[in-house]
Amino acid sequence: MKIKFVDQAFKRATTVMALSVVALVVLLVFSMACRSMPAIRKFGWHFLFTGTWDPVKEVFGALPFIFGTVVSSALALLIAVPVSLGIAVYLAELAPSYIKQPLSFLIELLAAIPSVVYGLWGIFALAPFLRGSIQPFLSKYFGFLPIFQGEFYGVGMLTAGIILSIMIIPTISSISREVFLAVPFSQREAALALGATRWEAIRLAVLGYARPGVMGAVILGLGRALGETMAVTMVIGNRPEISASLFAPSYTMASVIANEFTEATGNLYLSALVEIGLILFFVTLVVNIIARALVWKVSGKVKGEIRE
Amino acid sequence: MNTYKRRKIASKLMCAAAFLCAFLTLVPLISIFGYVFAKGIASINPDFFTNLPRPVGEPGGGMSNAIVGTLILIGLSCLWAIPLGIIGGIFLSEFGNNKLGTTVRFTADVLNGVPSIVIGIFAYTLFVLPMKSFSAISGAFALGMIMIPTIMRTTEEMLRMVPRTLREAALALGISQFRTTVSIVLRTALPGILTGILLAIARIAGETAPLLFTAFGNRFWHQSLTQPIAALPLQIFVYAISPFDDWRRQAWAGAFVLIVIIFLISFISRFVIGLHYKSPSSR
Amino acid sequence: MEERVRVSNLNAYFGNTRALKDINIAIKAKIVTAIIGPSGCGKSTFIRCINRLHEVVPNTKVSGEVLLDGEDIYSPDVDPIEIRRKIGMVFQKPNPFPVLSIYDNVAAGLKLNGVKKKDYLDEIVEGSLRRAALWDEVKDKINASGVSLSGGQQQRLCIARCLAVKPEVLLFDEPCASLDPISTSKIEELILELKKYYTIVIVTHNMQQAARVSDHTAFFLLGEMIEFGKTQEIFTAPKDKRTEDYITGRFG
Repeated sequence: MKIKFVDQAFKRATTVMALSVVALVVLLVFSMACRSMPAIRKFGWHFLFTGTWDPVKEVFGALPFIFGTVVSSALALLIAVPVSLGIAVYLAELAPSYIKQPLSFLIELLAAIPSVVYGLWGIFALAPFLRGSIQPFLSKYFGFLPIFQGEFYGVGMLTAGIILSIMIIPTISSISREVFLAVPFSQREAALALGATRWEAIRLAVLGYARPGVMGAVILGLGRALGETMAVTMVIGNRPEISASLFAPSYTMASVIANEFTEATGNLYLSALVEIGLILFFVTLVVNIIARALVWKVSGKVKGEIRE
Repeated sequence: MNTYKRRKIASKLMCAAAFLCAFLTLVPLISIFGYVFAKGIASINPDFFTNLPRPVGEPGGGMSNAIVGTLILIGLSCLWAIPLGIIGGIFLSEFGNNKLGTTVRFTADVLNGVPSIVIGIFAYTLFVLPMKSFSAISGAFALGMIMIPTIMRTTEEMLRMVPRTLREAALALGISQFRTTVSIVLRTALPGILTGILLAIARIAGETAPLLFTAFGNRFWHQSLTQPIAALPLQIFVYAISPFDDWRRQAWAGAFVLIVIIFLISFISRFVIGLHYKSPSSR
Repeated sequence: MEERVRVSNLNAYFGNTRALKDINIAIKAKIVTAIIGPSGCGKSTFIRCINRLHEVVPNTKVSGEVLLDGEDIYSPDVDPIEIRRKIGMVFQKPNPFPVLSIYDNVAAGLKLNGVKKKDYLDEIVEGSLRRAALWDEVKDKINASGVSLSGGQQQRLCIARCLAVKPEVLLFDEPCASLDPISTSKIEELILELKKYYTIVIVTHNMQQAARVSDHTAFFLLGEMIEFGKTQEIFTAPKDKRTEDYITGRFG
């Protein structure tokens, strides 16, 4: 009798605590939606498609920030995806066993460095280096492309994209490596037995088989890049303009919140910033759900798809 | 044989490219650590640990309040996030094989993916606006929110790894499920859970974005937990974007201390993992 | 009868363990040679040495000679890739590439070799599938995924994939181990059909299967080849006591 009562209470108590976590997340969405109501009512869909950001006249359009977030994240993926896949292939397929462990440890160390330290390094090491060597080089040889034109500030879209790519490489490479290791050995043997070279076997058997999981890893990396705040804020230049050049300063959704939230005096101003936060929340939510579904799909496939 | 030779060369090239990717990634890693260590150690001195920040031009400023502030913020976050995370994890592993469990699990994954700056906004609307002041409490609330999903999911995983036979043995003795879970299952899984907690702490120790408009930072010692409080990452940020050389030097020193703290925590967690793996045979 | 593969003094190692001990065997062209023996006797390792697949497992080593048409495949100037193209292999579990269609699975080997011409590919794919007795079952869903097929069909798809690169020798590593009896009998019929064109080596732990499909049989025990001869003789009048014990089911 007594045991039953205790166990009932135990179950109830844990359930309540678990539900309170759900309640917190619901409250998060609800409170942010409430706070952003004034801006939503005032600007509607225009908020997403106009580029004026004028706290004095209280006209707010988030387009430059959305542009900055999308382009910097896309740039980060452009760099990080091939590099991460290379790392994952090397670690899962090629590296001798005495290199595997220390090397994956070192690469995962990148994930442990705080964002603000990345930013500090970005300001004082990466940006001067880009301004001094990489940007003149790109402008000299690829200057006919609009993306490589303009002044060299050091800080700007390119710097933000590179720093983001370094930050998401550990995420993408470690998940991809796990996915590669989950590919049955028989797949590699099938390719090798057909006369495939080492690389062809990796491409045919490993990359093909792991494709959905790698997609998941990439999208998970994208989720990180979209929401990353400090490092980007410190190196992107914080100018709400849409420029074709990657050398130009830009601004992202997360960094405008970081920079202006405490200064937002007017109700509408604050509301517009919260709305940007809300958009960021929903975008990362969708991105993470897709990523999880993909990673889950590939680990499910390893078990089920090849019939015995 | 021409295609054959080409294929072999292509294979060699691609394998070399993969190797290159792996080692190129070490370049930024080495550069970051090189800068943090070289510049950090060069600018660190006893004043850094004992003094408050000083105005520009006045030498001997430090980050004593920020270091203590970070520790206080971590402590406060743990105070609410650890119990909630562990109990949530217990729910997931013991009673979570149903729709409710799936919902909670899904929510935890969602929360894990929410950008930390968004969590900062939430803490701001929940605490700062009603209290009309930035505060240590609001900062700890934001950091705790970031810890919860990690603690919850590791607790669940660790509890699930405890063999069924152990539970059944306890239940067969007539011990209540409550006692079984708390005194036997939870204790067995404790090293694993501790690792999860330490990893969560390592993650929040360097978080800056959610503190910008919650803890806010403070140039002096905090007066109470309902007042703004300094934090190491915040101080690094403020100094890093400042135009003053002396402050920038202190930013590097701060980064050095922060990295050391984070790696110390990670190192301890690895040590705990080591204990965990050894425990079944040595006990 | 023409000799296709000659193995002399072949030793294979996993780390420091010697899995094969001084194997000597001559495999004749266009007949089926079966390798039988209890599990762990090295029979799979043996055929994986014939197409140099043993060496892809880390920490392994091979010594001795394997002559394919008189040429040593382990000589330093021979590339394993070239050898594996000439010697096809079918594995214990069907292992089609799950992301590729049935068509692309069969065409995979050719595409690696740089074949791009569509009509030629079509022709080879259809020919290989016909030869693997799968064409009629899949011709209407040639672009479906290879893993949408049943286990037995997947195994025949893997056979077709091998045939497409025009090998001279086919190695079967317990090809029916994971199949039901009906699929098994289909594969066996297929093997009897294929021996008109190819030299076949099949590893099996099923003695009835060896008796049904093979012309020659080798009996392996603990990494050594105990006896090798015409299948009928091995099964009716084994010379070695250990072979007799195995055949009559006293162990294994």
